[in-house]
Amino acid sequence: MKKILIGVLAALALAACSTTPKQEAAAPVDERTPGATAPGAATSGAQTGSVAGANQGARNPLKDPGSILSKRSVYFDFDAYAIKDDYKSLLEAHGKYLQANRNAHMTVEGNTDERGSREYNIALGQRRADAAKRMMMLSGATEAQIDTVSFGKEKPKNPGHDESAWAENRRDDIGYRGD
Amino acid sequence: MTRLLMRTLFAFCCAAAFSAHAQLTIEIIGGGATTIPIAIVPFAGESNYPLGVSGIVGADLSRSGLFRLVDPGGVVPRPARAEDVRYGDWTGRGADAVVVGSMVALPDGRTEVRFTLLDAVKQAQLASFSYVVPPAQFRATAHRIADVIYEKLTGDVGVFSTRIAYVAKQGTRYELLVADADGYNPQSIVTSKEPLLSPEWSPDGTRIAYVSMENRKPVVYVQSLTTGARQLVANFRGSNSAPSWSPDGSKLAVTLSKDGSSQIYLIGADGGNAQRLSTSAGIDTEATFAPDGRSILFTSDRGGSPQIYRLTLGGGAVERMTYDGNYNVSPRFLPDGKGFVFVRRDSGRLNVALQDFATRQVQILTQGSLDESPSVAPNGKLILYASEVGGRGILAAVSSDGRVKQRLTATASDVREPAWGPLQK
Repeated sequence: MKKILIGVLAALALAACSTTPKQEAAAPVDERTPGATAPGAATSGAQTGSVAGANQGARNPLKDPGSILSKRSVYFDFDAYAIKDDYKSLLEAHGKYLQANRNAHMTVEGNTDERGSREYNIALGQRRADAAKRMMMLSGATEAQIDTVSFGKEKPKNPGHDESAWAENRRDDIGYRGD
Repeated sequence: MTRLLMRTLFAFCCAAAFSAHAQLTIEIIGGGATTIPIAIVPFAGESNYPLGVSGIVGADLSRSGLFRLVDPGGVVPRPARAEDVRYGDWTGRGADAVVVGSMVALPDGRTEVRFTLLDAVKQAQLASFSYVVPPAQFRATAHRIADVIYEKLTGDVGVFSTRIAYVAKQGTRYELLVADADGYNPQSIVTSKEPLLSPEWSPDGTRIAYVSMENRKPVVYVQSLTTGARQLVANFRGSNSAPSWSPDGSKLAVTLSKDGSSQIYLIGADGGNAQRLSTSAGIDTEATFAPDGRSILFTSDRGGSPQIYRLTLGGGAVERMTYDGNYNVSPRFLPDGKGFVFVRRDSGRLNVALQDFATRQVQILTQGSLDESPSVAPNGKLILYASEVGGRGILAAVSSDGRVKQRLTATASDVREPAWGPLQK
């Protein structure tokens, strides 16, 4: 619940002051997080939609906070790379967008929490990015449209050392070319 | 005191101020079961030099945890040669071994450093060497002398002359450094605003392979320590990481995700084509070559959880090595090939462990909560690893019997990703 609230607040803040579409809601540590959204934002899209109308970015569905396509993060369970049900509709929407826009290209960046081997975490993050890619390909994206890379545990969005920080860091971030 | 002075002096001389902050200070936390009592007599003529030699020899030996320094104070006159030593002076103080020596300036500016190691109990000479070196080589000479003493008295090769590599992180700045095994003389190899990790020494100690995220993805570089020139070795689509040198230095095992999942490939140390070594539907990574080059150990989740496997090269047979626990990662062979160290997670704690191939017996060597990235000294006696104290990244070392413990900290940086270099040729 708290997470959703934070997500809404973050999205509101983003929408309210966003004439520069690149502005980020949070995570000053992760300087180039594509279209950063807080965890839970994916499930709060409907609530934020109402304030997005005046936004210049609304013409581009990728940047319209009211569009599910503006949601760019997918979160994972500990040591897991299965896409959770919460994020399937988000990935389907991006897959369909890629299908409808064959010139569009994205990179999915996989991340892990800070626990465990740096190298194993790079592989785990890669696996998370690849899992998202596979789901988007099932929805119509082509292989060539999606690059996947991993930062492992090297670029945590939340520098904390507790479960809420870890949950935020077990994440895929989607970035479109030209974002 | 002189040590401190020298260290300060060094900080001023050091080209990059950051490197000075990243210099390691070593603290000994535990000692060996038995320690060899040894008296190191200050070398004759040593007081003429701001940086002596005998003090560094003593510091090396005592840091190993296997020696106990016996105070040579009060023995007058101080012996400088074997024939000057009255053995009773030393056995009376409990010393089993005595080191005497001298430093004599030569007309060309160099100095002759001589030392003799004596067995005080058997009243016999064990070793005697002389080195003609410029002052810049005094530390290196002291380490060489400590290596000779260590080998004569323990039977194992000394590693005081070796170097280590590690990554220091200060704020958002990453620096890969190479330093002497005692933490002195840190040299910056590469700096980046993006993460640097997984440094690995080439077997001849002239190059280091590492992973850099400077291109917004992990790629593998090989950099020459002599020229500083670096080469992009693996930059395929997806992630490129976990380099490990083949024993002949011609190839690297790397983890690439270019074909759909993280798998292990063999690639030339200059780059080129990648030949796939492992085949699984899951994650295969963290390859490390056996000293004989015939097999690799690696981490794989093919069995449902990350475990360590051994792949015989050529034949392709794969054997699972670890069974206890659901997270066993980061294997590194012991130099004699008889076992390996790795990281085990148990009840949320990550610790360095050692497993013997023949008995399959596992010994947990460390007690931290987040111990990772083990790297074995070339004599197999110490394992350097990354740990954490009070939220700060530090390096630590533990002896392969778990008894001797050292902590290596840097003043203003998180330090991590240690890699112990090879023996000096």
